[in-house]
Amino acid sequence: MTRAFFALLARDLRLAVRLGGGGGMAVFFFLVVISLLPFGIGPDRELLAKVAPGMLWVALLLAALLTLDRLFQADYEDGSLDLLTMGLLPLELIVVAKALGHWLTTGLPLVVAAPLLGLMLNLPGEAYPPLILAMLAGTPALSFLGAIGAALTVGVRRGGLLASLLVMPFYVPVLIFGVGAAEAATGGFAGEAGRQSLLLLVAVALASLVLGPLGGAAALRANLR
Amino acid sequence: MTISELSLSVRDLACERGGRLVFEGLSFSLRGGEALVLTGPNGAGKSSLLRQLAGLLGVAQGEIAFTGGDPELSLGEQAHYVGHLDALKPSMTVMETVSFWRTYLGSIPEGADTALEALGLVHLADLPAACLSAGQRRRLSLARLIAVPRPVWLLDEPTVALDAASVARLVGLMTSHLAQGGMIVAATHLDLGLGETKQLRLGVEAMT
Repeated sequence: MTRAFFALLARDLRLAVRLGGGGGMAVFFFLVVISLLPFGIGPDRELLAKVAPGMLWVALLLAALLTLDRLFQADYEDGSLDLLTMGLLPLELIVVAKALGHWLTTGLPLVVAAPLLGLMLNLPGEAYPPLILAMLAGTPALSFLGAIGAALTVGVRRGGLLASLLVMPFYVPVLIFGVGAAEAATGGFAGEAGRQSLLLLVAVALASLVLGPLGGAAALRANLR
Repeated sequence: MTISELSLSVRDLACERGGRLVFEGLSFSLRGGEALVLTGPNGAGKSSLLRQLAGLLGVAQGEIAFTGGDPELSLGEQAHYVGHLDALKPSMTVMETVSFWRTYLGSIPEGADTALEALGLVHLADLPAACLSAGQRRRLSLARLIAVPRPVWLLDEPTVALDAASVARLVGLMTSHLAQGGMIVAATHLDLGLGETKQLRLGVEAMT
């Protein structure tokens, strides 16, 4: 069963990095949004620094949403999902493997890109460590919660928008605590507030690691029958 | 594959799709070493029956009982299903595809070569699936049957897009699977020449 899990994970990673896999799509979207932003807001460096953590988080969230709809749909459309369910791996673990693959190919590259893009927004130096820490903790939650939305809309053509709407409310806590953790360093309140935000973010992420696979598997079961 | 005596019995099975009753009151039984050929007009429920057997479609009524295999596993987990969708990823090579299914479905990481040989795909091993012809794609999805030993084969129009030589090769594989005590349920319009097979004609009354 462990072998099957890693075989599926390795397959997803391989597919994502190959041509047409869409592995780089989220990062490019992230890059485009953040590079357009200073043109929209204007070259006010202080204002940019102020909105930087929030904008980075919003752009990261949208970039993750952009890639989510294909999480199960690609396998559903070509019949792979049918065969995956006929293996010995429980559906819950299939969801874990797919969500983990999504995080490794989308969430992690976004976290790596964020500090570079932070430079473009004049993000203050002391905000980098908490921001990256918060993103590392928050991005798995995006993948695992998103898996529920992707599983619910697996049979819907162009279901990406619907999945985004369904998942959006679950993403709000990640956004609030994520920005909170990063802003504590720049906003001037004591470090304690940032630490609490970070801890709450970790709590959300841990809860999503459990809820995502259970909810996703239940949604897939309902859709496949 | 240790097959003592497989037995599949379907009693009073009904199938409903989109609120429409596709078939009902379907009963048959099959033992290890036997093949069942499903025939019938389009929409008679051949594919639906195969999907029900594979556990991919809900059973509206009736029951499917399978004994003689691994009691811990469901019928779907002991069966191969080859449907109309070929489940191939365009960017994965032939070898990677077979190795993946071998590891995923059977937890056997090595030795995918025999499956490629059996389907005549060895010379294509390093080619991505995107470059394959329709017949080669079909052969690649059929390679799963050999790559992972499972006692029950559920085949939905397995000969589509295959040339005469490949059909003969498939029939050879099916015959040896039956000789080893395996079980095959196939929907097909072609006479495969499998020798003695059971026949089940679906949706006859729908024609009149």
